[in-house]
Amino acid sequence: MRPFDYERASDVASAARASAEPGTKLLAGGTNLLDLMKLQIETPTRLVDIGRLPLRAIEETPEGGLRIGALVTSSEVAAHMRVRTAYPMLARALLSGASVQLRNKASVAGNLLQRTRCIYFYDPTKPCNKREPGTGCSALAGFNRMHAILGTSETCIAVHPSDMAVALTALGAAVETTDGDGQTRRVPVADLHRLPGATPHVESDLKPGEMITAVELPSPPHGVQVFRKVRDRASFAFALVSVAGAGPRLALGGVAHKPWRASASEAALAAGAGADEAVAAELAQARSFGANAFKIPLAKRVLGAVIRELQGAAP
Amino acid sequence: MQVTLIVNGEARTLDVDPRVTLLDALRERLGLTGTKKGCDQGQCGACTVIVEGVRINACLSLAVMHDGERVTTIEGVAAGPDQPHPLQTAFVDRDAFQCGFCTPGQICSALAMLEEVRAGEPSGATDDLTAPLQLTDAEIRERMSGNLCRCSAYPNILAAIRDVAGA
Repeated sequence: MRPFDYERASDVASAARASAEPGTKLLAGGTNLLDLMKLQIETPTRLVDIGRLPLRAIEETPEGGLRIGALVTSSEVAAHMRVRTAYPMLARALLSGASVQLRNKASVAGNLLQRTRCIYFYDPTKPCNKREPGTGCSALAGFNRMHAILGTSETCIAVHPSDMAVALTALGAAVETTDGDGQTRRVPVADLHRLPGATPHVESDLKPGEMITAVELPSPPHGVQVFRKVRDRASFAFALVSVAGAGPRLALGGVAHKPWRASASEAALAAGAGADEAVAAELAQARSFGANAFKIPLAKRVLGAVIRELQGAAP
Repeated sequence: MQVTLIVNGEARTLDVDPRVTLLDALRERLGLTGTKKGCDQGQCGACTVIVEGVRINACLSLAVMHDGERVTTIEGVAAGPDQPHPLQTAFVDRDAFQCGFCTPGQICSALAMLEEVRAGEPSGATDDLTAPLQLTDAEIRERMSGNLCRCSAYPNILAAIRDVAGA
């Protein structure tokens, strides 16, 4: 790691203000940031440790939803009885990710803001528009088995690795943010992350100095909730393709630079289309880059299976 | 900068560069080399220690993040020099290691895992999220999936944990 100054944040407002300063990064669990710093992919000159700020509560909201503090760990969210009973899909998504050791440390805010695991992003000897804008995308003609099939651009085909973010998208969750002046904002999780476009190094719509303070779930959706993750190993592996479904909402993971809201499928189903038609509507825009061609038929099958399960058919 | 870690019950104060990971602080500065550096990137679990009762990868944490916190390493698991923990005895009895490199991480991880089960925390293998937990073999395997063993002692590691966890 490159040298940095380390300090503990005294309060949320000063932490938010600090995060706007060039070279300063906020440190929560550190399970992604420290990994990137060891490889000098992230090189902050100052770390502001927010790990002991009072953002650890999980509480029910007046609307019957659930407000989860930004620093609650993945394990804590998955173990919370209200999540297990009312939002089981969120627990399933969390429990499918990483290892227990990592989940015990990783914060929900960090989980949302974690960066891609694209092997070329991680390789400082390879061109990468996300890591070094303008250098090119090594994955386009490289080993892109884990890469995106939706929402891609010629500059970047990386995927967002979070399972939790896919579940939160399907649950219609939002993040609460604050800046150093006490301005708060509510951003739907579905709108938090960006597609790569021409600027893959810009990953979220958070402004400098804006800090996530909580994730808010609406009141529980009606009916069955489904989370299905397809991957190479039974545990401790990222998704090849995942699908989350709750109520009318469907989201896919492992297929795009952000959790992919299956809006075309949702609209088709709302208009009375069957599962196959709805799947075709969503995946018509998919494109592959060689090693990830299998993801298109795989995504179609998993999305179709989840839609059927939500409709009450045998899974 | 100064940091105080309470390691295996003893307060230890160190002056460290902020970049020193908890793993390197334990091994290089405190000479507690039982905890191993396998991958140094949170993917193998050989560095698993217990901090404030919670198992974490020490390689992906900074010593300075844990000022004032209690850390248990493999050196702190036995009650005394000739009083191994029942899990350590089970690892020997069940031949649950070959090279032994992953073993300290396996034992610390398993001890914390059993506490998680006692606390009712679900896993990726839990069928019914709202029913009382059943510690099946599938559950143990899933809960220990963050600890890799290249010697493949897995079946015997499972047996050793099962011995301590009970039927």
